Amino acid sequence: MAAGKETIQRDQRAALVPIPRTDTTPAPGHRVTDVDEWGRSEHTRTIARRLFAPLYDNWFRVEWEGLEKIPKTGGALLVANHAGAIPSDAPTIMHGIEVERGRPVYGMADFFFKEVPWIGTVWARVGGVPAHPDNALRLLRDQGQLALVFPEGTKGPSKTYADRYRLRRFGRGGFVEIAMRAGVPVIPIAVVGAEESMPIVFRIPSLARLLGVPYFPVTANMLLFGPLGLAMYFPAKFKLRVLDPVTFNVPSGQERYSKSRVMEEAEKIRINMQETIFEMLRERRSVWFG
Amino acid sequence: MGRRVLITGLDSFWGGRMAQALESDPEVEMILGMATREPTVPLERTEFVRADQTYSILSRIVAATQVDTIVHTFLVVDSTRVSSRALHEINVIGTMNLLAAAGQSGSPVRQVVVKSSTLVYGSASTDPAWFREEMTRTSPARTRVERSLLEVEGFVRDFAEDNPATVVSVLRFGNVLGTDIITPISINLSRPICPAIAGYDPLLQFVEEDDVVRCLEHVTRQRIPGLYNVSGAGKLPWSEVVDICGTRILPISPFGTHAAAAPLVRMGLIEFPPELESLLRYGRGVDTTRIGKTGFSCRYSTAGAVENFIRAVRLRRSVGDAPPSYTYSQDVEQFFRHSPAVVRSDG
Repeated sequence: MAAGKETIQRDQRAALVPIPRTDTTPAPGHRVTDVDEWGRSEHTRTIARRLFAPLYDNWFRVEWEGLEKIPKTGGALLVANHAGAIPSDAPTIMHGIEVERGRPVYGMADFFFKEVPWIGTVWARVGGVPAHPDNALRLLRDQGQLALVFPEGTKGPSKTYADRYRLRRFGRGGFVEIAMRAGVPVIPIAVVGAEESMPIVFRIPSLARLLGVPYFPVTANMLLFGPLGLAMYFPAKFKLRVLDPVTFNVPSGQERYSKSRVMEEAEKIRINMQETIFEMLRERRSVWFG
Repeated sequence: MGRRVLITGLDSFWGGRMAQALESDPEVEMILGMATREPTVPLERTEFVRADQTYSILSRIVAATQVDTIVHTFLVVDSTRVSSRALHEINVIGTMNLLAAAGQSGSPVRQVVVKSSTLVYGSASTDPAWFREEMTRTSPARTRVERSLLEVEGFVRDFAEDNPATVVSVLRFGNVLGTDIITPISINLSRPICPAIAGYDPLLQFVEEDDVVRCLEHVTRQRIPGLYNVSGAGKLPWSEVVDICGTRILPISPFGTHAAAAPLVRMGLIEFPPELESLLRYGRGVDTTRIGKTGFSCRYSTAGAVENFIRAVRLRRSVGDAPPSYTYSQDVEQFFRHSPAVVRSDG
């Protein structure tokens, strides 16, 4: 009824307005790329996976444990420890889950990436999303996707080799609050190997300020291979262990959650991850062969 | 008694179209359009009052005509078309006078509809992917248009607070594309080369011009109060928009972009206002859930709006611009509207 009435009015209006119209029905609009609303393109991801596969399979020889804990459907917030000057853990986790579990992972990272020309665009096409709480909520709650966050932020990859495998502060626990609001589980992932793939010997804060980057690392790779070291990882053996999903017994969709509860849960997850990493290091016989 | 509607900027793109849309509504008893110039679209029963762009005379007109609805379409969102001085006069001073007239004691005005723009959110790297109405921009407003629109919305908010009995509707429209409208983006897309900032490929959202008029009509007819984002569904990367439109990208340096673009703008090769510069770097998305809940949905998605636009451009390329079929002539229009000799079907 309402639609019919509206068509009549539209026709009347068309009679009043002798403007040549190109069409009367809306053009559906055909797309020529598969870039989604986050900037991710499955096509670009496929190329990225093909390029990363040799590194994943033969260089880092990635081994997973507990991958089945990552659900095949529904939203979940993946959290992991973050290490290495140019972190190799993010692409490794994304690649592994996409290949083994067959579903996309959106990697949330600092806004800084978006500002860098070319890199920012490529980063978005391969599944990078700026870590805005509203973006995470939309991905997890409204779209039931997997989002990967590193609660340590840049404090993780910027730490020097001397501090390896010691988790930094987990921000302000924002990731727990988002998981609560979205009503999705947090799935912690402990990563061993990223630290040794590109260890930082020291940092140059003045150069970082000058270039406007979060930190300027001098890595062992750079000392050995010069500028090539920026693109050259050491062949450390990667082991990843998926911990049990953490659910929070709180109603979802609230505007705010008790800060003490949030901080407590975040700290519990951090301690659990830290202990798992130490346990994995106890089991590890060699940095290069696992 | 039917509704009595006042439309600002009758000579502007939106004012004229909105008047045409309301003319077919039998519930609207009287339509009054204000503008500095003659209307450019044929109108059957809309009365036209010539006024200066700041509407200093408006309070008298409101009192004399007893309008109950004001549709404020005359807000400039394209900074390339007017001087910054005029922009300020039209947007800020115009809205101020308009709201002062609507809010005077004993005012007959029961609804004010304002056509704003998603430019108020700006465009920055720290933005969320989708802005909801209650979110504020993450970067300070630097361009004149954005500052003036924020000021306008501030006035409107104050007005709504001071006049709780009046329905205040503010619509923030996304980037408009369509058959007829001319914007810096549409000019760029219809040329053989189109600017893009090298290294950036932002996601953009578009709304079709008909959907803009339909939405203005919708909130006016249903008297829907509140603040709403309006844009087509989905987002497209700028490179894809350029591709669909069959033009080529002219990359502009990501560093010193403004200086690099200035000579090209001077030569008339590209349109590149500062609002477009930040948009082509970081893009913008707005969440339209809220307007959807009022029963409105855009007929064109973002991709549909782009396609519809380029189809119109192609037609124009083949047949040329349609000759202006309508010229406003004061005496003839007066005759048509008021002479008993004219047969009026609607009575």
